[in-house]
Amino acid sequence: MSVHRLLRAAPAPADSTLPHARSAAAHSRALARQLHPGAWWLWSLGLAAAASRTTNPLLLLLILAVAGYVVAARRGDAPWSRSYAAFLRLGLLVLAARMVFAVLLGSPVGGTHVLFTLPQVPLPAWAQGVRLGGSVTLEGVLFALYEGLRLAVLLACVGAANALASPSRLLRSLPGALYEAGVAAVVAMTFAPNLVADVRRLRAARRLRGRSDRGVRAVLSVGLPVLEGALERSVALAAAMDTRGFGRTAAVPRRLVRTAGALTLAGLLAVCSATYGLLTPGAHPWALPVLLAGAGAAAAGLVLGGRRTVRTRYRPDPWALPEWLTAASGTLVAAVLIWYAGRWPGALAPSVVPPTAPSLPLLPALAALVGLLPAFVTPEPPRSTR
Amino acid sequence: MITFEQVGVQYADASAPALSGVELTVPEGELCLLVGPSGSGKSTLLGTVCGLVPHFTGGTLTGRVTVAGRDTRTHRPRDLADVVGTVGQDPAAHFVTDTVEEELAYGMESMGLAPAVMRRRVEETLDLLGLAELRGRALSSLSGGQRQRVAIGSVLTVHPKVLVLDEPTSALDPGAAEEVLAVLQRLVHDLGTTVLLSEHRLERVVQYADRVLLLPGPGEPPVLGDPAALMARSPVRPPVVDLGLLAGWTPLPLTVRDARRRAAPLRAQLPPPAPQSAPAPAEPVATASRLVVSRGRVPALRGVELALVPGQITALMGRNGAGKSTLLGTLVGLHAPDSGTVRVNGLVPHRSRPKDLIRSVGLVPQDPRDLLYAETVAEECAAADRDADAEPGTCRALLAALLPDVADDRHPRDLSEGQRLTLALAVVLTARPPVLLLDEPTRGLDYAAKARLVTVLRALAADGHAVLLATHDVELAAELAHRTAVLAEGEIVADGPTPEVVLASPTFAPQTAKILPPYLTVPEVAAALDAEPPR
Repeated sequence: MSVHRLLRAAPAPADSTLPHARSAAAHSRALARQLHPGAWWLWSLGLAAAASRTTNPLLLLLILAVAGYVVAARRGDAPWSRSYAAFLRLGLLVLAARMVFAVLLGSPVGGTHVLFTLPQVPLPAWAQGVRLGGSVTLEGVLFALYEGLRLAVLLACVGAANALASPSRLLRSLPGALYEAGVAAVVAMTFAPNLVADVRRLRAARRLRGRSDRGVRAVLSVGLPVLEGALERSVALAAAMDTRGFGRTAAVPRRLVRTAGALTLAGLLAVCSATYGLLTPGAHPWALPVLLAGAGAAAAGLVLGGRRTVRTRYRPDPWALPEWLTAASGTLVAAVLIWYAGRWPGALAPSVVPPTAPSLPLLPALAALVGLLPAFVTPEPPRSTR
Repeated sequence: MITFEQVGVQYADASAPALSGVELTVPEGELCLLVGPSGSGKSTLLGTVCGLVPHFTGGTLTGRVTVAGRDTRTHRPRDLADVVGTVGQDPAAHFVTDTVEEELAYGMESMGLAPAVMRRRVEETLDLLGLAELRGRALSSLSGGQRQRVAIGSVLTVHPKVLVLDEPTSALDPGAAEEVLAVLQRLVHDLGTTVLLSEHRLERVVQYADRVLLLPGPGEPPVLGDPAALMARSPVRPPVVDLGLLAGWTPLPLTVRDARRRAAPLRAQLPPPAPQSAPAPAEPVATASRLVVSRGRVPALRGVELALVPGQITALMGRNGAGKSTLLGTLVGLHAPDSGTVRVNGLVPHRSRPKDLIRSVGLVPQDPRDLLYAETVAEECAAADRDADAEPGTCRALLAALLPDVADDRHPRDLSEGQRLTLALAVVLTARPPVLLLDEPTRGLDYAAKARLVTVLRALAADGHAVLLATHDVELAAELAHRTAVLAEGEIVADGPTPEVVLASPTFAPQTAKILPPYLTVPEVAAALDAEPPR
């Protein structure tokens, strides 16, 4: 341990000249590298925030196209890069479910343009207000279509972030004090696919015993063996992590640990109450200062807590110009749409009662196109050799 | 480097101690091989070195283990992480991150090494283990041998003085196993790492060992010493040692090369082997023709032709990922073919009801636990009778014939690997299928359990079963199989009588065949010499 400390305190002289020269070259756009995962998530959350402000199908489709183009241009070839398609399918499923419900259960928006009429199922008095079947109006269908589309586009934005930067890479960039929580989250995320694979394997094994591998019973009957297997795997992983030095801590005074804990807790409580104050109607002049103070306290707590960890980071992702541009483009799309929705709400939410053909407002459309920026200003991801 | 002082380990629920009276010192820079039958405490001994026993597993440790001067009693595994690197049997259970490069860096990050040092060591390790091509790859996309090398690399980057490996090659095909062992050789030679390793497949590793640590079994204290001297008295021996004992060579040769140089007189003395009595030609009971099967987007089988004949044992060999398990799975209807036909006993497997299919074909999967659901052996047998509509007691009677001493009230998960395999075999045989498939049956079996399996399978074949076993174990294939088929990239590249196929390929040739061709196994040589094979 003492040797490693020394190494950290005084890096080899040969290396001391390198970082400067390296950083200039490393951030060149021509060099293939992974973009900081935080930049991708900020960008996609920006697009998602923009999408959540509008039900204009033309704008929504434009945002979807922008996200899809950037994913196609900048995703790597790792297994998680294929998750965009999965999220798109999930989005379609959500859209379809929304439509089916709108047709079957009717829609909260009234309407006069009846498309067709389903036989209505008479319901008892206690189910008053619920309708099953009945007439289906154009307005209701349009409303459901727009709402469903918005949800689908939100999902696609999350899928884009997943495909461009796996969530576990994002968690790797967490501050030291949160590192252990981050690892727990990563392990939990790998747990789910393993569990699915186990269920499949054991259901297949039921066939070998001459039992049916279909139906709910087949899935339930493998429950116990699957849980046993999952538990064994977790214990094996915990043992492996322990032998690899997970959880080594530096000796720090007890007081420091307690102070860090108290600061973090108080800070988070302050942030929560301030957010409540900001979101509830009415003027709360105290909310903003409390929010800032809380965030400050929490950050200080995290920094202090980080002193306990001896961890270092291997090849941390740099945050350079492409990251700034990517994050800024996402934020800009969100900002313009939020501002526009406040000024001219009608353009972003085309009326369904009466139904009108949606038009494409120029300024938001141009703003959405800014979201394409990362496809041109970021470096290509490195291709792993196959 | 590692000293044991009167070390004993007792687990809370066990009647006898797992280890007792271990008193020895493993010197620095040696490759030390742990040899012993199943249940002799090999894994426990390895666990005491990296501190997992008792910090992680529980149990009571008596005596003292010190590694590089650190007492494992007062140091937790994480505090030993910079001197001991541990790799278990299943590398997938060892991985924390998701790409090769991050995995190599993980241990160093936990130690808090400087970024420049980490960068340099990752590059060194990538070169040392031949992983440079794979650096950006996702761990889930690697083959078995590659994973094992990444797992070894991930503990090497922190420059441990001791490397502890629990059966590093038992899940690997012969080629991948050689890859991993070559890496270990290099570590011992170039870096002076002390390697402590346990392995059931001694024929793969014994020639690399500087020392052997023999754990003869419960009640007897372990001995550390010269490999040749200790192998002579070990209860588990690779074929080359058996052959040396049979021929009375001293000192015992441990490598095929040494044995071959000694074998000239014996070779002259041996008559040409009696031609094997080929089983009477019969109608195949299972056939696959022009079979194409995809797993996801990957084509796993491309135009496979195979016929299984009653009374014949066929070995299916090939690299990890060559499509062996897919072929077995297709024969029991787990995968539907994209094109081509499969017929088993007149049925189309993937279109048949499971209830009918088990009367025609049975598969013992790679992990027999997948097949066992019940709480006790007796319940498992009763359930098997019900599944197969067999007379109550059929399965239990089969089990008793295969393995006389299994108590009814044991939990299937508490059985040893060999016992569990036999229980799964009995469960499958309850429905009396004429075709029996086994996927990698000798994984984790010691030589005694393997010999029992060989006897059982021979009896089944003599009884008219068609047996197909997918295996990496060249010795097993040579001993048991009438016929061997080799799969590569989803195509059958060789199919014929076992002697022809294995003698033609250095990878699949058993040790005896390399020393005394065309003999394949030690019992064959013994029979030709009219001598008792060594026991």
